[in-house]
Amino acid sequence: MQRSLDKFNEAGIRPVAISIATPQESHRLAQSQGYSFPLLSDRNADVIRRYDLVHAKAGINGEDIARPAEFLIDSTGTMRWINLTENYWVRARPEQVLEVANSLKNK
Amino acid sequence: MNIKRLNWPLWTGFLLTLAAFLSYFFIFVEFPFTRDFPWANLVLFVLAGVLLFMGLRRGFRADRPHPTRSKIVSSIFSVLSLAVFAMFIFVIFIGGRWLPASKGAPQVGQRVPEFTLPDTSGKQMSLNELLTSPINGNAPKGVLLVFYRGYW
Repeated sequence: MQRSLDKFNEAGIRPVAISIATPQESHRLAQSQGYSFPLLSDRNADVIRRYDLVHAKAGINGEDIARPAEFLIDSTGTMRWINLTENYWVRARPEQVLEVANSLKNK
Repeated sequence: MNIKRLNWPLWTGFLLTLAAFLSYFFIFVEFPFTRDFPWANLVLFVLAGVLLFMGLRRGFRADRPHPTRSKIVSSIFSVLSLAVFAMFIFVIFIGGRWLPASKGAPQVGQRVPEFTLPDTSGKQMSLNELLTSPINGNAPKGVLLVFYRGYW
């Protein structure tokens, strides 16, 4: 995501990552990977639950975590594109997201 | 140990099997092309398989210095390699699909739930802020919200 960050920003899209990691853990990850987009901490999986993305007890210590998912939300707060892959290892490619993002520009 | 006597195809095959397994999680997972379908690893497994087959044949040859031991060792490591391969197939193609249905997730066209969460510096960020604070001086067209496990 960091590699495509410039392209996302050019398209007016702000990437934001959410997980149950603490701000400290996310900060360490962001530093080691050079991420310059926001990483948010959903410690108790409240937001994850509200978005129905809970992967129960799948964390390293048996805690509830988020299943991988990507949402493109427009500036009015409306969902425009969702990617819930069937397979944990298959993720959305930046090009796919940019295509959707560019179609948002024309609305 | 005489180098000619060492069953090099067996050992190379076994090590390549281990490399084929581990390289997915440490190398190939970084690139969508080799992550979405682990063709690179499957190629490595095939190469390892060829070597192991050669090693098995060699292990069963009558002119081995220790014929019984060679048969046992080459069989054990071939079976172990097969187990590693089976585990890889399982983790990627079967275990990877053990995900919840998430039928209640926001649908296209719906307003998404508002939230406020701390960022890496502990500062509370609301979805509204993320949607409105400028990117390079321009109003954002949208936010790409990426939920991840917590350890990439």
